[in-house]
Amino acid sequence: MLRYSLKRLISLVLSLAVASLVIFFVIEIAPGDPASFMLGLNAQPDTVAALRSELGLDVPKIERYLSWVGGMLHGDFGTSYTYRTPVAQMVADRLWVSLPLALYALGLSTLIAFPAGIYAAARRGKPGDMAVMGATQLGVAIPNFWFAMMLVLVFAINLRWFGAGGFAGWDKGFWAGIHSLTLPAIALALPQAAILARVMRSALLDILGEDFMRTARAKGLSRRQALWRHAVRNAMIPVLTIIGLQFSFLLAGAIIIEQVFYLPGLGRLVFQAISARDLIVVESVVMLLVFAVIAVNFLVDLAYAAVDPRLRQRT
Amino acid sequence: MKRNLILGGLLSSLVVLAALISFVWTPYDVAAMDIPAKLRPPSMTHWFGTDHFGRDMFSMIMVGARTSIAVALVAVGIGMALGIPLGLMAAARKDSWLDELIMRGNDLVFAFPSLVIAILITAILGPGAVNAIIAIGIFNIPVFARITRGAALSLWEREFIMAARVAGKSQARISFEHILPNVLNLLIVQGTIQFSLGILAEAGLSYVGLGAQPPVPSWGRMLADAQTMVSLAPHMALIPGLAIVLTVLGLNLLGDGLRDLLDPKLRVRRS
Amino acid sequence: MKIFRHPRSLTSAVALVAALGAAPALASDITVAMQLEPPHLDPTSAAAGAIDSVLYSNVFEGLTRFMGDGSVVPGLAESWDISEDGTTYTFHLHDGVKFHDGTTMDAEDVKFSLDRARAEDSANAQKALFAGITEVEVIDPLTVKVTLDAPNGSFLFNMAWGDAVIVAPESIEGIKQHPVGTGAFEFKEWVQGDKIVLDKNPDYWGTPAKLDEVTFKFISDPTAAFAAVMAEDVDVFTAFPAPENLPMFEADPRFQVLVGSTEGETILSTNNKRAPFDNKLVREAMAHAIDRQALIDGAMFGYGTPIGTHFAPHNPAYVDLTAQSAYDPELSKKLLAEAGLPDGFETTLHLPPPSYARRGGEIIAAQLAAVGIKAQIINVEWAQWLETVFKGKDFGLTIVSHTEPMDIGIYARPDYYFQYDNPAFQELIKTLNVTSDPAERTAMLQQAQKIIADDYVNGYLFQLPALTVAKVGVQGLWANAPTQATDLTAVSWAD
Repeated sequence: MLRYSLKRLISLVLSLAVASLVIFFVIEIAPGDPASFMLGLNAQPDTVAALRSELGLDVPKIERYLSWVGGMLHGDFGTSYTYRTPVAQMVADRLWVSLPLALYALGLSTLIAFPAGIYAAARRGKPGDMAVMGATQLGVAIPNFWFAMMLVLVFAINLRWFGAGGFAGWDKGFWAGIHSLTLPAIALALPQAAILARVMRSALLDILGEDFMRTARAKGLSRRQALWRHAVRNAMIPVLTIIGLQFSFLLAGAIIIEQVFYLPGLGRLVFQAISARDLIVVESVVMLLVFAVIAVNFLVDLAYAAVDPRLRQRT
Repeated sequence: MKRNLILGGLLSSLVVLAALISFVWTPYDVAAMDIPAKLRPPSMTHWFGTDHFGRDMFSMIMVGARTSIAVALVAVGIGMALGIPLGLMAAARKDSWLDELIMRGNDLVFAFPSLVIAILITAILGPGAVNAIIAIGIFNIPVFARITRGAALSLWEREFIMAARVAGKSQARISFEHILPNVLNLLIVQGTIQFSLGILAEAGLSYVGLGAQPPVPSWGRMLADAQTMVSLAPHMALIPGLAIVLTVLGLNLLGDGLRDLLDPKLRVRRS
Repeated sequence: MKIFRHPRSLTSAVALVAALGAAPALASDITVAMQLEPPHLDPTSAAAGAIDSVLYSNVFEGLTRFMGDGSVVPGLAESWDISEDGTTYTFHLHDGVKFHDGTTMDAEDVKFSLDRARAEDSANAQKALFAGITEVEVIDPLTVKVTLDAPNGSFLFNMAWGDAVIVAPESIEGIKQHPVGTGAFEFKEWVQGDKIVLDKNPDYWGTPAKLDEVTFKFISDPTAAFAAVMAEDVDVFTAFPAPENLPMFEADPRFQVLVGSTEGETILSTNNKRAPFDNKLVREAMAHAIDRQALIDGAMFGYGTPIGTHFAPHNPAYVDLTAQSAYDPELSKKLLAEAGLPDGFETTLHLPPPSYARRGGEIIAAQLAAVGIKAQIINVEWAQWLETVFKGKDFGLTIVSHTEPMDIGIYARPDYYFQYDNPAFQELIKTLNVTSDPAERTAMLQQAQKIIADDYVNGYLFQLPALTVAKVGVQGLWANAPTQATDLTAVSWAD
């Protein structure tokens, strides 16, 4: 186990090093200069040069890369070129929107998907199953930004049940915050719920087909009892893996939804930073996201290996 | 479950047919603007209405199908062309440093936030259909690599492969002559699914302005154009949206149907 | 609430309100939305118009200032004397002006601000405004003397820009996050990515603001903008990004729509150095290929005034030259043939993000295609546009709105991105800059407009409209946008 963990740890560190190189140099070749972007059409060349040196952009790329990586190693993610505030603080602020939104969407999608998946598995092949599967097919096929547009049209503009977007702020109270995240969370949750319900159903069916379940049935458990006592618990592994993947997707993948609902979240921060060529913000945020996913994968792998020793040899 | 196959096949071929016909015929010239006739709802003269420049939306949907299919198809092609050999190699040299490298590389690509990377790619290369293809294609590579490796691994244990090894065939030859044909079914099914995901991704990218550039029509950009007109001309948002939903739905159903048809394991279990 | 000091009068006031029925208390706060969020809050070190849109006149003031009609009036300087030769300006400052941090605004601050803007390492985006200043002298705390190297007819106009506002050395360090000015509102908080809040300045030296609190919200997405107004999440939306939605607001009794003019000449900028655009016949042919009315109807849904030269139509010196480039595709084809390009040619059309450019570009590409010119559309972000088009001059055509006021002088800069090089025009602008007689200036400005129209330097499309949507009851807003500003100092809610 120790040997395995060590091996995985080394590959984790290597992955991060490669990722940082790729991120930094890919982003740096993007044409466009933050200083000229900030100073606009009438700026004189000497003004742009002055600002570039103020921002530290006149330092060679290699040096900037090293100081960026060095800073990150002790928790300093640099200072935004355009906003002139520490990137870590900007990210922290945005997480207060993105994290609750991702959790909310995930909660909704789980709430829809679990019952739907279990119900469909329990009535496999019957009309109920067909209806649920048909609905999930539709759910997977609907682009979430289009769904968001329709939600705004119906619930914000016509019915006026919800604000059209924006974030009330947690200081206005928990419910005000939740209220302003509801439409975006629904828009994000629906396609995820469809995927999750399908995974749930097929994981359950897989397990129902396994030998130990047949034994359980043979011992006199009804199909429904077998489903609840054994299958649901055993189906949790693939389901939780998918939930984990969806969470990291929701954290950064909500860019378009954040744009439609003008939420000050992480995705929109990256989007704005790219268009303003605030490269340090883009680099640091992307690095953080990549780190989060790699770290989660690492932990999941270790957890699997701890549970199932066979995996240690295989990978 | 033949129904999936039939319905999926029907929807998919309808879209493909529309795209093919658009090469030789569309009701109107897709690029022709008629600004006084803008935002007309669907009617006998314009079956799907007109957009904000007075262009015929039926023609645009037809040509847009072409854009969507082309982008998604090439992106899946890239994913297959690079991912399958990588997966075969990794499986052939199981547990070697090569396998480790390929699998870690896969994890790394998966770890990148795909939309952010797509936006970055277009910031570097400029927006356009080709760059959308690259952005979608990159994320298809690990999908095919992983699924190929997974399926190939179990085949390497099988007797007929053992026999080929004993006969002295090289790993590369075995991979292509014996392994590949046996994982092909699985890859076709996965290809259909990736194709439908590609259609969705293309719509998303061109919705944020990173896909095919005007005047080439694309469904995602039609939605982007429609976004401020929803209350004025709902058909501008409804029609391209439905086109995307039906296409993706059709491809997914087709994928499911194909899996049922091609995967004997599942077929046995279902009966 | 200071009036009701005694409990008894408070009770009677409550009774009075009750007697009047449920008359709602007059709102004393307002939420104003705009598309772009400022990158930081120092108007003197960035070009971002969004900074001025929030802070100009509200938080920061200059020696002079723009009014809603574009005129320049005294600001922090209550008066000034100009020397006979026009090279020294002696400004007399208002007495008793305080910055929001309590420090006094005096001649030292003026000297600091001007010296900082014109310094070698200045990060001022409009450094040219201060180019002629040779010395800034403090005479006494309320008098400051500015010496120029030559007379400058537009010096007072220059001092009204947002880039020339007066800042204090005491607060300059933190200005990017916490702006400290002299205006009728003071900065309260900034939630990045969301909003900026300003509070009424109780110690304002001039007419106090009528509102107690102002919130600026940033909504970049046009759909979200429409939805936010419709849902009444915001009270005012300035520079509303989707003109197609305005008729709906106009028809809705809850809203009012203000249509004014900006300083933005929207032009089809042409690379005058690149073949075939170096041929005047080709540029003339393009001018006649463009149907301005279709463009305004299609891209702006009818909002916008056609222009025939690079000058704002609301300016008294404007000459209407649109007839000179009237829509005539046959003439256009004939001119192309005359230029040796009977089959047209291929070129590129770079389009920055605003919808006037993106939509307008699609229409123009179609119109040019009708006479045989195939313009390949390349959508770019601003950062890329600045790099390739503006700095690299690597483009054929582009559409952009030049929003700086009175900027016809850019045609006198041969290295400016469209690369128009005409010595006669350059000479004219040089004379104009040192002329202060209004009548002479008008004549010269008119002559300048005609020269560039005769040379068909760029395709002149339309003047960008200032589109504001507000709830009924909001009064005192600027309809026009003579500079990028949302002056709320006179805004209030009607009864």
